Amino acid sequence: MARRNRIVPILFILPSLLFLGIFIYMPLIQNFYNSFFDFSVFSPTKEFVGFSAFEQLFGDKIVMTALINNIKYAIISVVFQVAFALVLATILEDKLFRRIAPMLRVVYFIPVMISISVIALLFNFIYNPQMGLLNSFLELIGLGNLAVPWLGNATTSIYAVIAMSQWQSIGFITMLFIVAIQKIPKELYEAADIDGAGKIRQFFSITVPQVKETLFVNMLITITGSMLVFNEPYILTNGGPGTSSMTMSVYMYQQGFFKDNMGYASAVATLIFVVTAIFALIQIKVSGTGKDE
Amino acid sequence: MTKTNENIKVDMLAPEKPVNKERPAKKAKTSMKTSLQGKVTKNMVLLGLLLFAFVILYPLFWMVVSSLKSYDEIYNNVWGLPSVWHFENYATAWSMGISGYFFNSLFVTLSTIVLVVMIGSMAAFTLSRYKSRWIDVALIFTIGGIMMNPQVALIPLFELLTWLDLINTHWALILTYVAYRLPLTIILIRAFFLSIPKELEESAIIDGCSEFGIYARIYLPLSIPIIVTTIVLTAYFAWNEFMFATVFIDSDVLKTIPSGLMNFRDALRTDWGVLLAGMVIATIPMVILLVFLQRYLVRGLSEGSVKG
Repeated sequence: MARRNRIVPILFILPSLLFLGIFIYMPLIQNFYNSFFDFSVFSPTKEFVGFSAFEQLFGDKIVMTALINNIKYAIISVVFQVAFALVLATILEDKLFRRIAPMLRVVYFIPVMISISVIALLFNFIYNPQMGLLNSFLELIGLGNLAVPWLGNATTSIYAVIAMSQWQSIGFITMLFIVAIQKIPKELYEAADIDGAGKIRQFFSITVPQVKETLFVNMLITITGSMLVFNEPYILTNGGPGTSSMTMSVYMYQQGFFKDNMGYASAVATLIFVVTAIFALIQIKVSGTGKDE
Repeated sequence: MTKTNENIKVDMLAPEKPVNKERPAKKAKTSMKTSLQGKVTKNMVLLGLLLFAFVILYPLFWMVVSSLKSYDEIYNNVWGLPSVWHFENYATAWSMGISGYFFNSLFVTLSTIVLVVMIGSMAAFTLSRYKSRWIDVALIFTIGGIMMNPQVALIPLFELLTWLDLINTHWALILTYVAYRLPLTIILIRAFFLSIPKELEESAIIDGCSEFGIYARIYLPLSIPIIVTTIVLTAYFAWNEFMFATVFIDSDVLKTIPSGLMNFRDALRTDWGVLLAGMVIATIPMVILLVFLQRYLVRGLSEGSVKG
């Protein structure tokens, strides 16, 4: 029995530790290491350049643009995906809308399930300056003068990308809030009803404090996701026009796989890691993942 | 942890408990003015909800309708229904490459699911049943994996897979997908394993059951609900993953649907109806998954990210 107990657990956990070690932790260390070298995909050797990639990084205007775009992404996403989703979830869980809520939940959740490449190609049609749904809708309601080539315009491109993300992801955060709201004891609302507290008062005095933890975690998920965003800008605009919708991940990809500056791309990746690790650490701390009951 | 398992039962399609019919009668006591005001507010909120539903649904509806149009009609008659319904767009999309991408996605997704569930549940078994300093370290190692992100590892993974000669093979995707799904899977399954009563295995040991037997005959069968959850979550991830699929696979023959659609777009240029048909085909499996298994999906998503 004693010997059996020693071998089985090791055999059972070994494959997963190997997977994590080889494909998650080793690349991370390798990325730090790579940041100090200059190399390309095809170069047989790496040339040590010390901190020069990081010096270049801090003087790079495109990195600055990308970082600001990521921050815009985060702020807008927190407002729409977190604040708006919480209100939406509260309304859906209200007894007034009990009949229609189950159907609406599914509707709002559908885009979450659809591949980002399908969504992005679809929004290419929506944003198309000639036949796009958005511009023809604006003309239809007499706001034709507002119509612009949303993706081809340097001032609107990043917002067009962000808007698509909100459209896709709002159902996801709403669902997380719904789960949290369902755990709130019904007695709290009944007592508030008797005391004559209105819906808005109940929202701020009961719902928000009761889902505080979920609210905080959702904020962190959203911010981390915004700092990493790659698919949406890559497919819709590839960071353009110019660098107007560049994000850090897209820039990393372009430097690495397009311009073949693998070392510099690694330094950008290191910056991404530092920014996101901070939020991830807070999330693990707050959510108590892995904690025993 | 069991507590959370029991509580999360959002079934998006299920009708909720019938409204208590007696409530409105009591409310009638309140003045006419407030109830009228309440009605107006309620209807305005309802209008808002429906408007938002329309904003979500209309583009998808447009995608399906336009997938049955010719290029000229998509371009010149953006809003209307097709004058001729081009169902052959689907056949064309399927034969022009979508079928290949579809089966590649299917293979990658199924392989990833099998490996994730197998490796993940085995690790969760060890992490939930044994206690030692090394187990604690392994647990932290696993949880820490959640905070690592694919974006940062992209270049080193590309180097590693090149060195292993796996670039441009499905294994490049399967192995990395498995690795990045493992931490969450292990944490979810371990939480469930912890809730299994110790008495069950004690009596099994007395009956001469081996460690492996306890895992295979007690833990796995009891954990089917959480395993279905991890299967759904993994399927959703592997079917839709874009970045690795784009970078690690160059050959058009091997591409999965998300990256394949990009090739499809470049190849078609003006055959928009066919492209849209391909997009609809790519979407169908996930919508089916949502309809049938949404309860498991919602539980996984909420337990995976929010541990309240």
